[in-house]
Amino acid sequence: MKKTLIAGFAFALLCGCASQPAEEAKPAENRTPVPAPAPAPAPVTTQPAQTPTVQANPLKDPNNILSKRSIYYDYDKYEVKDEYRPAVQAHGKYLAEHRGAKMLVQGNCDERGSREYNIALGQRRADGVKRMLLLMGAAESQVEAVSLGEEKPRCTDRNEACYSQNRRSDMLYSGEY
Amino acid sequence: MKRTATLLAAFFVFLAGAAHAQLTIEITGGGANQIPIAVLPFVGESALPQSLTEIVEQDLSRSGRFRTLFVGGVNPLPAEPSQVNFDEWKSRLADALVIGQVQKLPDGRFEVRFRLLDVPKQASLAGFAFTLSATQIRLTAHKIADIIYEKLTGERGVFSTRIAYVVKQGARFELRVADADGQGAQAILISPEPILSPSWSPDGTRIAYVSFQHKKPVLYVQSLAANRQPAPVANYKGSNSAPAWSPDGKQLAVVLSKDGGSQMYLMNADGGNLRRLAVSDAIDTEPFFTPDGQSIYFTSDRGGSPQIYRMPAAGGDPVRITFDGDYNVSPRVAPDGKTLAYISRANGAFRLMVMDLASKQTQPLTDGPRDESPSFAPSGRVILYATDLDGRGALAAVSSDGRVKQRLTIQAADVREPSWGPFPGN
Repeated sequence: MKKTLIAGFAFALLCGCASQPAEEAKPAENRTPVPAPAPAPAPVTTQPAQTPTVQANPLKDPNNILSKRSIYYDYDKYEVKDEYRPAVQAHGKYLAEHRGAKMLVQGNCDERGSREYNIALGQRRADGVKRMLLLMGAAESQVEAVSLGEEKPRCTDRNEACYSQNRRSDMLYSGEY
Repeated sequence: MKRTATLLAAFFVFLAGAAHAQLTIEITGGGANQIPIAVLPFVGESALPQSLTEIVEQDLSRSGRFRTLFVGGVNPLPAEPSQVNFDEWKSRLADALVIGQVQKLPDGRFEVRFRLLDVPKQASLAGFAFTLSATQIRLTAHKIADIIYEKLTGERGVFSTRIAYVVKQGARFELRVADADGQGAQAILISPEPILSPSWSPDGTRIAYVSFQHKKPVLYVQSLAANRQPAPVANYKGSNSAPAWSPDGKQLAVVLSKDGGSQMYLMNADGGNLRRLAVSDAIDTEPFFTPDGQSIYFTSDRGGSPQIYRMPAAGGDPVRITFDGDYNVSPRVAPDGKTLAYISRANGAFRLMVMDLASKQTQPLTDGPRDESPSFAPSGRVILYATDLDGRGALAAVSSDGRVKQRLTIQAADVREPSWGPFPGN
């Protein structure tokens, strides 16, 4: 009887899975770089950072330090190096002055080592950036620090030039991820 | 026969390959002292849409513990022990012989009877009958191979167990479940975002995993019987990862960053009753329960580099387990609780190691350079792990004594994150 049950279960698995691909195949909804589609219905006055304006957006202006969004790290390290502090501090200040703005800090690692340990290492990198943002006056509710571990590499070659690009935290505002 | 079996060094039990995007297998090491066995085609087997004894033979052969003998020229095929010419099989140097019979039943199903015979003693070691439908041929063959394996080696076979793994093909990720021989693979989740850390519930009905579809690590527990992804069991602010089942299947140890840093928590399998397992300033991750449920092994960098620790599952002080080198991660305890498998970095190479937990003696099982994510077979005799083959992810398996090695690859795809399921019926 037990044999039949197990066999039946295996069969159920077989059938149950056939429809799955369609179920999970989602459109790449996050790929569209439309400026702030979600916050648009919200009161415009509370969303100055997100509202497309005629003037240059300081977050996108290459001459503005706020256009700098990435922090790079040494192997196995997670401290924000001195050269990246001014940019992180500027974003902290920006968040403090724009309470409607929200930021996601994504920590990344190069591909070497345990995937789960790299999730933790990327988290520590992102947490370090978040801490600095809060010190500059950003509110806890404005910033989420998450880890992508080694799962979303910007560069996929196996050399230090590539690894160093992947050991990175990115500061992204709503609508940018 | 029994004596031969006990003289054998521990060996293998694994897997195969096939059609489109299936795993294919390559044995890269073999064992000595293999048991010579002849698997005769079953009388009436041609009534089945697919050969059953071929699968039995392949299972046994791939295990590394058997040498399957040429069985051609036997006419008529014996269906009963009384019809076997034992002298002939003695002269063909067979220690064991498998015979059987297939009958089509009036309802369209089949009855398969088989016998395992000890050739030197001219005695029957096992005999079973199965009633099956045409879709259950593979499963029945694996069960027959399991019975033969256990009778002749004294250890439980894992041919009818299943494995889970993640396949990355272009920008598409699939969480697949397959027979332990790599056949019959089915995707239980397809996603444009990474999938990580699949882990079987102890009863084999559910898989916990990490999905990035919310643009960050979020934890799910998906029933294999359901055909859709359920709601997350942990989707807190920050990252949610590293699920590990308690042996009773009621709890998950997980790693969350919601309170700052990567820290370990316990929760019910449905996500309820969340509570903190430990508090540290360090990274604490990759929890893994001991088989008795009393302790949890985990990775922590509290000592300055990632090392493996053990702590009581009820909370309490951790004890450091690894000391050699500056990167020891991914602890997995063997089903008998006596051996720890983990990954160690030395000279830039990541290798699969085992530690005897009583003596603390360690032994490298692989040379690396990019081995990760070890997973014990439920028998404890084989460890499945992720490796690198010419720049692509592949799976490999090694006997826990390091003597037999196998590699599993899928054409033009990255295979990773293997997890070996429990014995069926647990």
